Amino acid sequence: MPARLQGETAARSPAPRALASVAAPRAGRAYRTRSLAAKIALIPTILVMVGCYYASVTWTVYISMTRSFLLPVYRFAGIAQYERLFATPRWQVAYGNMFLFGALDIIGTLCLGVLLAVLLDRAVRFEGIFRTLLLYPLSISFIVTGLTWQWVLSPTIGVQQFVRGLGWEGFVFDWITQPDRAIYTLVFAGIWHQSGLIMAIMLAGLRGVDREIWRAARVEGIPTWRTYISIVLPMLRPLIVTCVVLIAIAVVKSYDLVVAMTNGGPGFSSDLPGKFVVDFEFERANIGQASAAATVMLGSVVAIISPYLYFELARKNR
Amino acid sequence: MTTARRHARIGRIGLYTLLVWICLFFSIPLLVVISTSLKTSDEVRTFSIFTLPTAPSIAAWIKAWSSACTGLNCGGVRVGFWNSVRILVPSVAISVLAGAITGYALSHWRIRGANMIMLLLLICAFIPYQVILYPLVKTFSTIGIYSSLPCIIAVHVIFGLPVMSLLFRNFYVGLPEELVKAARIDGAGFWRIFVFVMLPMSVNILIVATILQTTGIWNDYLLGLIFAGRDNMPMTVQLNAIATTSTGIIEYNVNTAAALLTALPPLLIYFLSGRYFVRGITAGAVKG
Repeated sequence: MPARLQGETAARSPAPRALASVAAPRAGRAYRTRSLAAKIALIPTILVMVGCYYASVTWTVYISMTRSFLLPVYRFAGIAQYERLFATPRWQVAYGNMFLFGALDIIGTLCLGVLLAVLLDRAVRFEGIFRTLLLYPLSISFIVTGLTWQWVLSPTIGVQQFVRGLGWEGFVFDWITQPDRAIYTLVFAGIWHQSGLIMAIMLAGLRGVDREIWRAARVEGIPTWRTYISIVLPMLRPLIVTCVVLIAIAVVKSYDLVVAMTNGGPGFSSDLPGKFVVDFEFERANIGQASAAATVMLGSVVAIISPYLYFELARKNR
Repeated sequence: MTTARRHARIGRIGLYTLLVWICLFFSIPLLVVISTSLKTSDEVRTFSIFTLPTAPSIAAWIKAWSSACTGLNCGGVRVGFWNSVRILVPSVAISVLAGAITGYALSHWRIRGANMIMLLLLICAFIPYQVILYPLVKTFSTIGIYSSLPCIIAVHVIFGLPVMSLLFRNFYVGLPEELVKAARIDGAGFWRIFVFVMLPMSVNILIVATILQTTGIWNDYLLGLIFAGRDNMPMTVQLNAIATTSTGIIEYNVNTAAALLTALPPLLIYFLSGRYFVRGITAGAVKG
């Protein structure tokens, strides 16, 4: 037992045993001074992290609990801003839209992404071409994506006009100009932009599945589609959860897409929290309301990631 | 046996058909935009954007590049293009380097609390921009650099730091510890090991990080809108301003050409770098 321990230490330190006893104190000091350089190198990062992130978050959250309007006021006022915020019709729409858009976007993107991953996992030929075509939207900005879909869905130049030109004169597809439908058009663009990411993540997962499982399923005579639904995809549940978390966070953060596609309109029918905050902060200069809305966004992200991080860490520590 | 094989064959045909249809859904928006940008102004006014141009011309591209108007400024998107380049180069260089140093310091130097710092950085990557915009604006105004090139560069470095650090840390943790130990025995210090041992081994991850930051910063809209100021307006901000200008007749051919010009640099990076791009996107997905 001691022999093995000794062997291990010898193996771990590259210096010969004889030298080690002499060199140990010096190496120890050198080690400390050198890691001092590492500590100094970390100072800017820590300053940015604490100053720009944690202190700023605290600042915003605190402002949301004051009566700040045009300028920040620092006297504590409890939840007055939140009461006002949730009584504001525009916020009610924006907040509700986040859940509506979020639910549809998560379901749509996840289903399409997983379907594509399975299809590509099966299709051996031309995989490179398919991958290239499915992933390119990811490289395009949300601004270009939003403008493109705005043009495609615009009743005067897009799909509606095209179908009418084919001879079906009464065809109507004007969701993007309808207050109660505009939010759904964002889902098209969201799915188009994000499915590739889910496909890439899931495809990597599918490729990592043990070949023995497939062989066993084939021996048992289980059809391929059944193997996916009942065995392979449930095995990848942690990965699917990660995907859902990723899309959900993107939904809470989304801003550019709605700005380029509908600009929150018609009226404020397709508004989202991200746009509400920026508009209230920089156009209406209502810092109190903007901070309260931003804090709600932060709360939504925390509600999404804290259970996720908790389980992820628990899983990794096991 | 033959029926089974026939079933398999039908299955495969169905599979490829479905894939082709989905690929069409993915490529149609791009094709439509390309075809519209090649049309003449008359054609754009009379037909839907789904029809093909009868006489393709690059007039709209030239106009978008050199004389499209944002309000009263008619300098075309080239103004925004060069602004974006000026923002991009220093931002990418600094944020990648900062991420590499942080990731390296947190991986092989057994600093107490390294894991805690990593966790705190990871949490930062999830925070929506909106939550910290106002404090940052206030801070930059107080220092006196708000709405300037240094300001937008600093902001990009700040927002890139968590993901870059995580990316490099995860990479460096995977390198054998003996490398650093051997270099240390030879008397090399923190910076020498970084420059002569770690950096030469990080070519792949440097490419991934550079691509991730380049596309991310090029495609940014919100930060450019708020922090860059009028004189450094990046291309995405200018494009949106051009496309949403509602005075006069909307020139869709010019607008689509401007959109394509804006999308071109990241698209080129994507088509040229393939797998690196995908690696970066999946690694940096939290950034959203």
